[in-house]
Amino acid sequence: MTAKVITIVSGKGGVGKTTSVANIAVALAARGQKVTCIDGDIGLRNLDVVLGLENRIVYDLVDVIEGRCRLRQAMIRDKRLSELYLIPAAQTRDKTAVSPSDMVRLCDELRPEVDWIIIDSPAGIERGFKNAIAAADQVLVMTNPEVSAVRDADRVIGLLEAEGKGPGALIINRLNPVMVRRGDMLSVEDVLDLLAIDLIGIVPEDEYVVVASNKGLPLALEGKNKAGQAFQNIARRLMGEKVPFLDFDTLNVFQRLLGRK
Amino acid sequence: MGDTSSLIQIKGIRDGLLITLGGAEWPDLVKAFIENIEERSAFFRGARVTLDVGLHELRVAELSGLRDSLSERGVSLWAVLSESLITERTAQNLGLATRISKPPRAELPHVTDQLPEDAAKWVKGPLRSGGRIAFNGNVVVIGDVNSGAEIVAGGSIIVWGRLRGVVHAGAQGDENAFVCALELAPTQLRIAGEIAISPKKQAKSQPEVARLQDGNLTAEPWHTSTGR
Repeated sequence: MTAKVITIVSGKGGVGKTTSVANIAVALAARGQKVTCIDGDIGLRNLDVVLGLENRIVYDLVDVIEGRCRLRQAMIRDKRLSELYLIPAAQTRDKTAVSPSDMVRLCDELRPEVDWIIIDSPAGIERGFKNAIAAADQVLVMTNPEVSAVRDADRVIGLLEAEGKGPGALIINRLNPVMVRRGDMLSVEDVLDLLAIDLIGIVPEDEYVVVASNKGLPLALEGKNKAGQAFQNIARRLMGEKVPFLDFDTLNVFQRLLGRK
Repeated sequence: MGDTSSLIQIKGIRDGLLITLGGAEWPDLVKAFIENIEERSAFFRGARVTLDVGLHELRVAELSGLRDSLSERGVSLWAVLSESLITERTAQNLGLATRISKPPRAELPHVTDQLPEDAAKWVKGPLRSGGRIAFNGNVVVIGDVNSGAEIVAGGSIIVWGRLRGVVHAGAQGDENAFVCALELAPTQLRIAGEIAISPKKQAKSQPEVARLQDGNLTAEPWHTSTGR
C-alpha cells in the first residue's frame, strides 16, 4: 500500500473544511479503504469532535513529532469503521510546534500502512497551512458560493501554484439551489468562471450537517441525505470513478415552488 | 538670525500647503517655522497645512504644541507625513492624517537601459488574489486579473481578460500611460497621480481603455478609441 495524501484547504475559516475531511474520510472507509485523517489545526482542534472521538485522545500529532510516542499510539481507531483512524492535533500547543518537513516525514512513515491520508488544514495561509500542504499529493480547495470565500480560495490557489502543488480541485460547499435560482447566491458556474480550476464536488446546504457534526456522527455514514451523498460522490471521484454531479433542479419540488414565488 | 529658508520648504499641493522641515534640531525648526509664518502672516492665514517631518521622532507633547501654536496663528495642521513610525503613531493619536491622497510614487525594480522603450513584461494569467506584478515598463497579462491582485507598471497595462484587481499605470508619473482590458472592472484604477474606482457594472461588458484626459481619468469603449 502506498497512501495518497490529500489536504483540504480554504484560506477562509468556517467554510466547512473539517466537516468535509470527516465525511470524505468516512465515505472512503465505508468503501473498504484504509484511511487516516490528520488534524492540522494545532491549538484549535475540531476533527476529533466531528468524528466523535474526542474522549479517546491519549497522544496527539505533536507527541509523535517530538518523539513522546510511536505513530501507532497516536492513531485513534474509529468506533464504527475499523479502517478509519484519526491523528488528533495538540490542543495546548500552537502551529510552530510542527514544521513542514515534520509533516513530510510523518506522512512518509504512514504511507505504507494505509490507502489514504487526509489532512485538515487550518484557516489562514501561514505556518499551519504550509504544514498541511507540505506532504500533499493532491490538494482540495474548499469554498462557499460567496464573494469573500471565493476571493480567499483564489489566493490559496495562487499559493498552491507557487508551491508546486498544482491548482488543486475545487469543492463548493453550502450551495443553496433556491437562492442561486433567485439570483441571490453565486452559482457553480460563477465560481468556476472566477477560479478556473477543476471541480470535484458540490455539496448542498443542509442543516442536518450541523446536527451530525454536533453528535459526532458524520452524515456520509447514511446514504439518504443529499449532503452526505455529495461527500460520498467526492470519495468515489477521488478513487477514480466518473460520477455525475448531483442535479439540484430535481432536488426538492416543494422548495423549488417556494423559490419561484 | 540664521538662514531659515534652507530648513523649510513650502509647496502648494491639491490639499493645501506641504511644508517640508529639513534636518535641524526640532526646537530650532519649530522656531524657524513660526518666525516664517509671522513674517508672512497674510500668506499663511487660513492655510491647511501638511507637514513632512522626515525622520524626526515626535511625541504627543511636541506635535500638539506645534499644532496649538499654528492654530493661534490661523494655520490648521491636518496631516503629518513621516518616515518615523513613532511620529506616525503620534499623529494618528492626535487625529491627524498620515497620508495624503496621492498614490505614492512606486519604487519599481530598475530595468536595464538596453531595453527598448516599448518593452513589455508578459504575464500568463490568471493573476490571482495576492499576486503582484511590479515592472518599470509596460505589462501585458494574458488571462484574468482577479480581485485582490495588483499590477504596478511604469508604463501601460494591457489585460487580455477580465481586469478586477488594482492596477496602477504610469506609476512613476507618466500621464500618457493607459490601461485596457477585455472587461475593465478594476477594484481601483490609478494612472500617474489619479485614482478612480469602477462605476457599477453595466449589463454588457466590452473592451475598454482608460486614460488620463485633462487630468481626469476616463474610460471608453475600445472601438471609438482606435486609430489613436
